[in-house]
Amino acid sequence: MHILSDARRAVRAYPTLLRVGLSEVVAYRAEFIVWILTTNMPFVMLAIWHAVAADGPVGRFGQKDFVAYYLAGWVIRLLTSTWLVWELSMEIRDGTLSARLLRPLHPLFAFSAQHLAALPMRVLIVTPVVTALVWFAGDRLAIRDPRVLVIFLAAMVGAWLLIFFTMVLLGSLSFFLESAIGVFEVWLALFAVLSGYLVPLELLPGWVGRVARLSPFDSMLSFPLETLIGLRDLGTATRDLCTQWAYIATMAVFGLSVWRRGVRRYVAFGG
Amino acid sequence: MSYARPLVEVHGLSKTFRVHKRAPGVLAALRSVFHRPTESVNAVQDLSFTIGEGERVGFLGPNGAGKTTTLKILAGLLHPTAGQITVAGFLPFRRDPAFLKQITLVMGQKQQLLWDLPPTETYAMNRALYEVPRAQADETIAELVALLEIGDLVNKPTRQLSLGERMKCELVAALLHRPRVLFLDEPTIGLDVSMQAKMRAFIRHYNERFAAAVLLTSHYMDDVTALCPRVIVIDQGRLVYDGDLKALVRRVRPDKRLTLRLSAPIDRRLLDQIAPVVSYEGGQAVLSVPPERLNATVQNALATLSVVDLAVEDPPLEEVMRELFKNAHAGTPAAAAVASTPGAGASATRPLLATDPGSGS
Ligand SMILES: Nc1ncnc2c1ncn2[C@@H]1O[C@H](COP(=O)(O)OP(=O)(O)OP(=O)(O)O)[C@@H](O)[C@H]1O
Ligand SMILES: [Mg+2]
Repeated sequence: MHILSDARRAVRAYPTLLRVGLSEVVAYRAEFIVWILTTNMPFVMLAIWHAVAADGPVGRFGQKDFVAYYLAGWVIRLLTSTWLVWELSMEIRDGTLSARLLRPLHPLFAFSAQHLAALPMRVLIVTPVVTALVWFAGDRLAIRDPRVLVIFLAAMVGAWLLIFFTMVLLGSLSFFLESAIGVFEVWLALFAVLSGYLVPLELLPGWVGRVARLSPFDSMLSFPLETLIGLRDLGTATRDLCTQWAYIATMAVFGLSVWRRGVRRYVAFGG
Repeated sequence: MSYARPLVEVHGLSKTFRVHKRAPGVLAALRSVFHRPTESVNAVQDLSFTIGEGERVGFLGPNGAGKTTTLKILAGLLHPTAGQITVAGFLPFRRDPAFLKQITLVMGQKQQLLWDLPPTETYAMNRALYEVPRAQADETIAELVALLEIGDLVNKPTRQLSLGERMKCELVAALLHRPRVLFLDEPTIGLDVSMQAKMRAFIRHYNERFAAAVLLTSHYMDDVTALCPRVIVIDQGRLVYDGDLKALVRRVRPDKRLTLRLSAPIDRRLLDQIAPVVSYEGGQAVLSVPPERLNATVQNALATLSVVDLAVEDPPLEEVMRELFKNAHAGTPAAAAVASTPGAGASATRPLLATDPGSGS
C-alpha cells in the first residue's frame, strides 16, 4: 500500500501535471469541441418539454423550470464526466498502461490529474450556457442561500468522485473482458434514465423514479442538479449528501479492488 | 574487473505464460465458452545471472528467446513464475516508487512521449512524477540534449519528429531521473547506421558518467560489439552463454579472418592452397585461418601473393550468432552448439561454460 505516500507525491506533482494536461487539452481542442457538440441530448429534451409545458406546468415544472433543469443538467454533466473508461480500456489493450505502471505515481492519480486539467477548458465552454441559465432562469437558482451553496459544491465534488470511481471500476473490467466498452454503454443508457439526465426523476413512472432515487445514479447528477435549482429542500439535500458520500466510499473500495486485481492479472499475463 | 555491488541479481528465474488454445470451427468456439483449453509457453526457464554497477551487458538470442520477457520482469512489469530477483536491492514486481526511481525501461517499439506536445512537456511531467529537483533536471536535460544534438527538436510537437529524432528525445525522457539501472530493449531498432552509432556513443557516455548498469538487447550486432564487453545469450528461455564477448566469438568461431587486398587478380585455386576462402571479390580475399596457423599463413601469403594490404580480425558476431542458433528452429537449443565446441568443459545439460572471471558472478 503506497497509496498514502502516493497521495502526498501526487499533491506535489499536481501543479505540473495539471499544466501539462491543460496543454494536452488545448492540443486536442478540436476533438474536444466535437465531443461537446455531440452531448446535445439535454437541449433536445428541453425543446420537447418546453413545448409540452406551453399549455401549463407538468407537475412542479413550468417552462422556466425546464430551462433551468436542462441547462444546469448539461453544465453539471459536462463538468463531472470523464473519458476514463475509453482511455483505460485502450491503454490496457495496447499495452500503454505499462509505461504508467513504471512511473513512481499511482496511475489513477495521474489519470485524475489529467481529467482535472481539462476542467478550465470545460469551464470555458460551459460559460455561455451558465450565462443563459442565469439570464433566463436566474430566479430558480437556490444557491443564493450560502448553506445550499455549500451543499451544492460538496455535491459537485462528490459527483465527480463517484463518477470517477465508477469509471475506474468499469474501465478495470477491460483487464478481464474484451467487451468492457459494451458494459459501459449499457451503464450509459441506465445513467441517462436513472440520473435525471433525460427526464427529471419525478416525471418518470412512479416505480422507476423510486428506484432511480435510491440508486447511485441519483448522486451523480440529479442530486446536485435539483439542489442547485431548489427542487430539494435543505433537509433532503443534507440527507442526500450523506448518501452520496456513502456511495463514494463504497465505489472507491469496489473500484480500487477491481483495479488492483486487474493489475495483478495484467502483470501475470504480460504487460 | 570485479564489481562490488551487483545491481541486478537473478536466480533461477522462470516465466510461464498461459495462453488459450482456440481450435478452429463453430463447435470448438461454443465448447470454449464453458471450457477453455490452455497451453503453457515457457518463455524463460531457470535463468541466473548478476550484473554489477557500471557494467554494459548485451542480452542476445533469436526471436522469441525470452529477452523482452526477462527485461519486463526485471523492470517489474511482469510477475515471475519462479526464481529470486533483486534489482537495486528491490523486488521489482512490487514496483515500489523508490525502485522505479532507480531504473528505466526503454523499448524501441513503444514510446512514452506525449504525442501532440513537444518533448519538453514530457520532461516537465517526468520531472514532477520522479520528484527530480528542478536544477538537477535542467542540468540533466541540458547535458543529454547537447550530447544527442537535439537542442532545437525538443520544442517541436513529438508527432512532427522523425523516428530517430523521437528515439533520441525518448532517451532523454527515460534518463531524466538518472536511473542506475538501464533496461534497453532494441533501442536502435529502425534507426539508420549513423543514428545507431550516435545512440551507442550516448549510451556509453551515460553508463560511464553515472556508473549505471546497462542490459541491452539488439538484433544489430554492431550495437553489441561496440557497447558490450560481456554478453548473456539465451535461447528458448534458457541460458546459453554468459561471459566475455570475445571469448564467445573465439569459442564458436575460433578461426580468424585474414583479409588480403591484392594488387592483381589471381586464380582462386591459389588462394585455396593457402587457407579456406570465405569470399573473394574485387581484388579482396577473406580467408579463414585457425589461430595457431595464423603466423605461418600470413608469411605464406606474403611470400606467394602480391599483397597490398592485410588485416586480421575476429569473425563478425552475426556469424557467431547464426552458427549458435542454426539448430534453434530444428528444436535443439543452441546450448548444444556451444557445448560441443572445443574448450567448453561443462556438461551438455548445463553448458554454462564461460562464466568468465569478468562477468561478475
Ligand atoms: N504476454 C504473452 N502471452 C503469451 N506468450 C507470450 C507473451 N509474451 C511473450 N510470449 C511468448 O514468450 C516467448 C518469449 O517472447 P519474448 O518477447 O520475450 O522474446 P524476445 O526474445 O524478446 O524476442 P524478439 O527478439 O523477437 O523481441 C515467445 O514465445 C512469445 O511468444
Ligand atoms: Mg523482444
